[in-house]
Amino acid sequence: MSGNLLEVKGLKKYYPVQKGFLNSTAGYVKAVDDISFSIRRGETFGLVGESGCGKSTAGRSLLRLMEPTAGEILFEGRDITKLSAGELRKQRREMQMVFQDPFSSLDPRHTVERILEEPMIVHRTGNARERRAAVDKLADVVGLAKSQLQRYPHQFSGGQRQRIGIARALALQPKLIVADEPVSALDVSIQSQVINLMQDLQHEFGLTYLFIAHDLSVVKHICDRVAVMYLGRIIEITDKHSLYAHPQHPYTKALLSAVPEPDPDIRKQRIILQGEVPSPANAPVGCSFHTRCPQAMEVCRKERPPLLETDSAHFTACHLYDGTIHSQLA
Amino acid sequence: MSEPILKIENLHTHFFTDRGEIPAVDGVDLYINPGEVLGVVGESGCGKSVTSLSVLRLVPSPPGRIIEGRIFLKGQDLVTLKEKEMRKIRGDAVSMIFQEPMTSLNPLFTVGQQIIEIVRLHRGMSKRQARDHAVDMLRNVGIPRPESIIDEYPHQLSGGMRQRVMIAMSISCNPELLIADEPTTALDVTIQAQILDLIRRLNEEQGTAVMMITHDLGVVAEMCHRVAVMYAGKVVEEGSVHDIFKRPLHPYTRGLIQSVPRMDETRERLYSIPGNVPVLSTEMQGCRFAPRCPEAMEICHQSLPQLTQQEEQHSCRCWLHERSQEDAV
Repeated sequence: MSGNLLEVKGLKKYYPVQKGFLNSTAGYVKAVDDISFSIRRGETFGLVGESGCGKSTAGRSLLRLMEPTAGEILFEGRDITKLSAGELRKQRREMQMVFQDPFSSLDPRHTVERILEEPMIVHRTGNARERRAAVDKLADVVGLAKSQLQRYPHQFSGGQRQRIGIARALALQPKLIVADEPVSALDVSIQSQVINLMQDLQHEFGLTYLFIAHDLSVVKHICDRVAVMYLGRIIEITDKHSLYAHPQHPYTKALLSAVPEPDPDIRKQRIILQGEVPSPANAPVGCSFHTRCPQAMEVCRKERPPLLETDSAHFTACHLYDGTIHSQLA
Repeated sequence: MSEPILKIENLHTHFFTDRGEIPAVDGVDLYINPGEVLGVVGESGCGKSVTSLSVLRLVPSPPGRIIEGRIFLKGQDLVTLKEKEMRKIRGDAVSMIFQEPMTSLNPLFTVGQQIIEIVRLHRGMSKRQARDHAVDMLRNVGIPRPESIIDEYPHQLSGGMRQRVMIAMSISCNPELLIADEPTTALDVTIQAQILDLIRRLNEEQGTAVMMITHDLGVVAEMCHRVAVMYAGKVVEEGSVHDIFKRPLHPYTRGLIQSVPRMDETRERLYSIPGNVPVLSTEMQGCRFAPRCPEAMEICHQSLPQLTQQEEQHSCRCWLHERSQEDAV
């Protein structure tokens, strides 16, 4: 089956900012502010951006680990925002998560065997013997020795712990795995081991990944399509070749130019952005990037640019590309 | 060539713990010339941070202790210096920037108080002079509205701003050597670019020598003149940034460079170094990298190779290259 596994329409996650003695709502932190995208079956979709851009919140809202404020999340055509708690639990078999920090996402009091078996107990799959066999297989698939199953998380290195986290996510044979910065806490030599493992598993089990990361080189390596987020919004979305070869949004350009390349002969023309990301509680009016944008125009301070197809299958939310310039010149 | 500003000779810094003696720094030799940026790279636990802390004698003791070796700052041995003398050097001739600016700034004092303390101590300035100097320093590192930021507390600033304050503090006495321990690891890419740009300007304009400790090969390629690669407490390769990236000799260096995904090329699969970083102990034998090395030979497991010069300004600690030299003779 082909087509979209997941479709997200107008997803929002707002946090109220409370003030004063009566806790009246003074405003909202718009962590995720109206984002839409779809993930095709079998692909790796990247969500990139700097800290506070809302990429992790978006990932968690998709699994309803956080309740979204608004929007539709269609998983195989079924809107999971409307599911009851019981239905949602069943649905979660299909969609699992791998977390960034392999130290805090595993229960320190449980053996690896217990950690891997737990999802199957919760979802009542198989009997004890079948589950044991499944645990052995999972360990084998992610490259853990059978003898290590009786150990506790603290007895493993960071890379091995991340393997355990991945094995746990695979326990229920999900279709979608949301991986939130799965390799950013790991050393370089271990990072490549885990990336290779994730790619192997994708081929073997036909997995679809939502890969959330801030490291643009890793994203380029593993993803098929990429969405760039800034202050809660998607500002550019396209396939990776187009994004890395022909970035359109000034923020994407600056972001790509800022990555130091491991090659002393490459001297990049660096775009150094002034200032810092504004607070999402007080996002600028108009285009949220206009306060730092080297090409900001008058219109950018007033109107929020829509995400438009600016090139074939390349969507950008920027007034430089939406015809505003031409109409101004005319 | 002038005398190196810093010369580390056979440094051994060990930690004495319940689980035994851990040789975190296990015989390190390094030097930095005036005006040079030296990169010290390696993965967690390779001893790069402990090496830099040893230079300023900031290794927490107990459990850590420098048990052997000498560290010369312009000819003066820092290892044998009295604590009182050492205090005159820290923040003056040599200063340091840490990875996490929130934990290295004092939350109870304003940014200004922390900079003023340093310059009053080392330079004996009056309060008024010191405050003016602090404002200048903050302006130098690109802090907007330095006159008002100077009276703010660290928690009122963002991560990038705190790192700028740290840098302003560390250069307030115009040090000859700046040690930067993962200065941009906690920061976003666009902020990292700003901070690296600042450090580079400092090096080019003031001639400050920089010891740049990082795990990020991109940062190394971009910032450093010379590079030392560390593994398990030892320097395994050392050379110019060009030699290290273009003609790496040690299998570990080669593996490390190949493991990193690149923006300028597409590869189906990343190279990965098998296995994990070893647990350090004083009983280790042979080359520390041998258990993970694709080219390991019999001798590698038995005896430790020396760091030997292979080419002009390019040394490597590996039996493969010791052999080829003998053959050449």
